[in-house]
Amino acid sequence: MIITIVGAGVMGLAIATELAERGVGIEVIDQAPGLGAHACSWYAGGMLSPWCEADMSEPPIVKFGQEAVSWWRKHISKVTERGSIVLAPSRDSAELNRFARRTQNHKSIDGNALAELEPDLAESFSKALYFADEAHINPRQALRDLSEKLLNHGIKIHYDTPLKDYVSKGKIINATGFNARIKLQDLRGVKGEALLLKTHEINITRPIRLMHPRFPVYIVPRGSGTYMIGATQIESEERSKITARSMVDLLNAAYTIHPAFGEAEVLEIGCDVRPAFPDNIPKLCWQGDTLHVNGLFRHGFLLAPACARMAADTILNPKHIPEFMDENYR
Amino acid sequence: MLDFYGKKLTSRLFLGTAQYPSPTILEDAVKTSGAQVVTVSLRRESGEAKSGQTFWNMISDLGVHVLPNTAGCHTVKEAVTTAHMAREVFGTKWLKLEVISDNDTLCPDVLSLVEAARILVEDDFEVFPYTTEDLSIAGRLLDAGCKVLMPWGAPIGTGLGLNNIYGLKTMRAHFADVPLIIDAGLGLPSHAAHAAELGFDSVLVNTAIAKAGNPVAMAKAFSIAIEAGVMARTADPMEPRDMANPSTPVLGMASFT
Repeated sequence: MIITIVGAGVMGLAIATELAERGVGIEVIDQAPGLGAHACSWYAGGMLSPWCEADMSEPPIVKFGQEAVSWWRKHISKVTERGSIVLAPSRDSAELNRFARRTQNHKSIDGNALAELEPDLAESFSKALYFADEAHINPRQALRDLSEKLLNHGIKIHYDTPLKDYVSKGKIINATGFNARIKLQDLRGVKGEALLLKTHEINITRPIRLMHPRFPVYIVPRGSGTYMIGATQIESEERSKITARSMVDLLNAAYTIHPAFGEAEVLEIGCDVRPAFPDNIPKLCWQGDTLHVNGLFRHGFLLAPACARMAADTILNPKHIPEFMDENYR
Repeated sequence: MLDFYGKKLTSRLFLGTAQYPSPTILEDAVKTSGAQVVTVSLRRESGEAKSGQTFWNMISDLGVHVLPNTAGCHTVKEAVTTAHMAREVFGTKWLKLEVISDNDTLCPDVLSLVEAARILVEDDFEVFPYTTEDLSIAGRLLDAGCKVLMPWGAPIGTGLGLNNIYGLKTMRAHFADVPLIIDAGLGLPSHAAHAAELGFDSVLVNTAIAKAGNPVAMAKAFSIAIEAGVMARTADPMEPRDMANPSTPVLGMASFT
């Protein structure tokens, strides 16, 4: 049996890894010319913060997100396990109380404790939440690492290979994100915009989430003075242009976290749409011989490990997964 | 029965559609609360390319009246442009007109609001202006052709409730026959009940429901509270008084001497 995995973003590569390790024959195809910005995974933040997600996400996201750290630790070269921090500007401190109430596994810390964790932030913030068990990764490196591991298993990713030009040899797993829209009618795109900044004036070592009235803003350190600032969340399927307003929002957030970001170099402006179902929860569903795994929304790197495990389980031995499958699964 | 520009409604709760955890939860909140009107803000960016169409279709599929709004507009021109896009996207003449002056309070820019309302009414829109409790501005908006007014309870997203009860009472008394909807600033169902007790026709709620831990339950709570307020008003509430007044007769009680 050869299983074809369509889509070499984080979901496709995680499924490929999971199946390859179980000794299943697979092929991976992707219509893009290579690893890069064609997949929305490219612009992910890479936070592995299941507990923080409880603020605005449903319980399965929190539950299955907890599988992420150990899975990534096993499969890629670097997972930074230093926790994450949630901050609010003093005018929004009520938001921090709400966040604390709605989430678990955190500690309220004062300015002194914050100074020990992130000295550069203590001047501007005197109160924060610390989620010690959370972690972060560099998504681009993670995608490269998974690709390389697959090569070690003898699996090469066939780029420039659209599904329509491909003769499948058996079951197919479709992990093409928003591109599967034509097959999955209730899939929608939610636009996200992000910036990559560089500054050596400050040193932040773990993801910082800033309470923001409209969308969760975060800064994720990528090493060597680079930081990912993301991400807007707009009900739009336009995937190529960032608006001035979004840019202002993101830069304002960065500037609020530390004024030195005002002098940072803008390395990259990223924009894409994340695939989401109406309940913003991922789904596995069968269409003929194809298993769709889609709708990871803002949680690609957080939920890919659990979804990959479920996809592998169900394709080898079909079973019902209540959290991520509809009643009418095959 | 409530009548807004000829549309008859039985529910007094208008729901904003932003910031819900997911479209499914929004849908459940609308259905559970029985709300018959939802507001939707249109980003001009999405309007141009119709790239927000999927989300707008979801809103349209809710089967309730859509009241597009010009949230985030700071000038007359922006608001008018957004209004035209909204009419094209949603196929309705209804428009919730917001022209914002200041980012810290999101206070309506009432002068631009009157000007934008005048332009849009002439252009055959049915305008629901987001305004303050200022009577002269309210009068100007009615002169411009608005047939509904939406005074604020408190600044958008604050959850403070009815900030100027005197002003709102005066407004209600002054414009006794104009449908008045409290828009913005409500945080709790009791605020909505209070608005209804004061005689306001409807309330519009977004953040207090969307950002509640259980938005569906909170939507229901708001709809019940408004009905309670209306029922209380029609039941002719008692007059408050300063001195205690025993509810059972004192005379004739056994005395222990």
